[in-house]
Amino acid sequence: MSNSTPQSRSTAEPTSAGHGPAAGGPVNAALPERAPAERTARTPAPAPLRSRVLRQGRYETLTMLRNGEQLILAIVLPLLALVALSVLPLLDGLGASRINIATPGVLALCAMSTAFTGQGIATGFDRRYGVLRFLSTTPLGKAGLIAGKVLAVLAVLVLQSAVVAVVALFLGWHPPLVGILLGIPLLALGAISFTALGLLVAGTARPEATLALTNLLWILLGALGGIVLPPTRLPVVVQDVVFFLPSGALGEAMRNALIAGQLNFFAVVILLGWSVLASAAAVRWFKWS
Amino acid sequence: MLNSDTPALVIDGLIKDVGPIAALDGRMKRIISGISLSAHRGQVTALLGANGAGKTTTIECAQGLQKRDGGTITLLGEDPERPSAALRARVGVMLQDGGLPPSARPLALLRHVAGMYATPRSVDELVERLGLGSFRDTTIRRLSGGQKQRVALAASLLGNPEVLFLDEPSAGLDPQSRRVVFDLIRELRQEGLAIILTTHLLDDAQKLADYVYIVDNGASAAAGTVPELLSSAASAQGHRSLTFESAAGLDPGAALRPHLTVTETRPGSYQISGLLEPADLADLANWWAARDTMPTSLQLASRSLEDVFLALAGTDGR
Repeated sequence: MSNSTPQSRSTAEPTSAGHGPAAGGPVNAALPERAPAERTARTPAPAPLRSRVLRQGRYETLTMLRNGEQLILAIVLPLLALVALSVLPLLDGLGASRINIATPGVLALCAMSTAFTGQGIATGFDRRYGVLRFLSTTPLGKAGLIAGKVLAVLAVLVLQSAVVAVVALFLGWHPPLVGILLGIPLLALGAISFTALGLLVAGTARPEATLALTNLLWILLGALGGIVLPPTRLPVVVQDVVFFLPSGALGEAMRNALIAGQLNFFAVVILLGWSVLASAAAVRWFKWS
Repeated sequence: MLNSDTPALVIDGLIKDVGPIAALDGRMKRIISGISLSAHRGQVTALLGANGAGKTTTIECAQGLQKRDGGTITLLGEDPERPSAALRARVGVMLQDGGLPPSARPLALLRHVAGMYATPRSVDELVERLGLGSFRDTTIRRLSGGQKQRVALAASLLGNPEVLFLDEPSAGLDPQSRRVVFDLIRELRQEGLAIILTTHLLDDAQKLADYVYIVDNGASAAAGTVPELLSSAASAQGHRSLTFESAAGLDPGAALRPHLTVTETRPGSYQISGLLEPADLADLANWWAARDTMPTSLQLASRSLEDVFLALAGTDGR
């Protein structure tokens, strides 16, 4: 039955490559009443790239800041860690005051909270609801969407760092000036590594799995990944490993910078390596739907 | 600049494979096998087919959301697989699932998306036109399916597109919203947009479409205007049906030519189907006259697009 529609097959329906509409002219041009109307005047145009990305960045930043659970992860838990480490004797005997050792690690923890866990979960659910697909059909596009997310992570991280820094200063934090100048780009590099990792997880796993995995890793890496506690205070079995993890590399780089004003080249190389690997993997395996 | 006779969208020999699929021993499954179609400005082009026929996959390849495995697609003169920002600005997309963030509020979201275009359509005017006012500040997760659908339609129109893709535009709409949405689609068509929509509802296609492609099992089973499809199928089959209501338990079949089938679909309700000709109506009328019976209702059904669809797509038996 499906092959016996003579009119439509012979006159109207393109059937094979080479005889299709591209070669044979408009397929349904035979329609009578069509008078393409007065739309020649304007061709719709995109807003400039910069403005699209900034808009998306601002929109995602506000969305993150409105999310209560994310604020707990982003601000409350890092502040609790900061206060706990300055009160408890966990960091004694390392050659610097508790708060001077704790603050760089807590700043690194902030980067992991926002870039990896918070952003990963949000992206995972955006993917589930088709938000990524819809926005990628607007002039924003896929690249603009990712750029907007990175901007939002950096913007939230600036706010987190300001809050943590102010509280730490009240608790007696004294960072060297050169350390601050080193710490800012290091923290940004760490945020980029963790954003790439978060996108990799969000783009390949189901959102529920992303939620579980990024939270679990936040706890594990936060406790044992060398991010808040210096490697010498960790169990012997993990001590040698943490220098190769993004958490340990960022934690160590921040401590070296903000305690002694030194740049830890090895940690920078490790962070760059994670950024490149995770970005390449995300580009390769990220599923938009 | 393209002239207005050039189709806004041309798909030629589209092929899409998915997989590897474990159930097929790791082989690929071809879900679109050579669909070709074109869509013109000032026309509504409908892809009509059952769920899973390949309609959404086809238009998602045209939107650049899925990569194709064969064939060519030209959308406003560009290959949509890697669409430029300029192309994306000229094309509006309403996805089947809406693609709206559940935590967002319609008005704020529409204003945000409007900012992606150099000269967006007025958000307020769209909110008014599509009746979004009463829930413009309610989070999207709390909206009904039809409300979400209208927000998604508004979002697809923000850039004043030249080409508009609507995936199942009437899904979840109540009758009033459906009328509002259909009126808007007709108006946009009048303005000269090329509108490509998918639907599994024959009624939608019949009401809206200038040109229909019936998609079945990853291929285009037939194409034409609605009248063309109806007449082609009618002449191919010459098949009509007549229904009437009268007293229960009668047997009019004896008075009719043997190739016609009579069924009493429920007590007192009769359907006669087959190659009905005027003489058959006379036979039936004489049979009534002989018994002095007056039917309480009488209807001669012309073929609906549904019959055509079922016949062409061969979906009856599935």
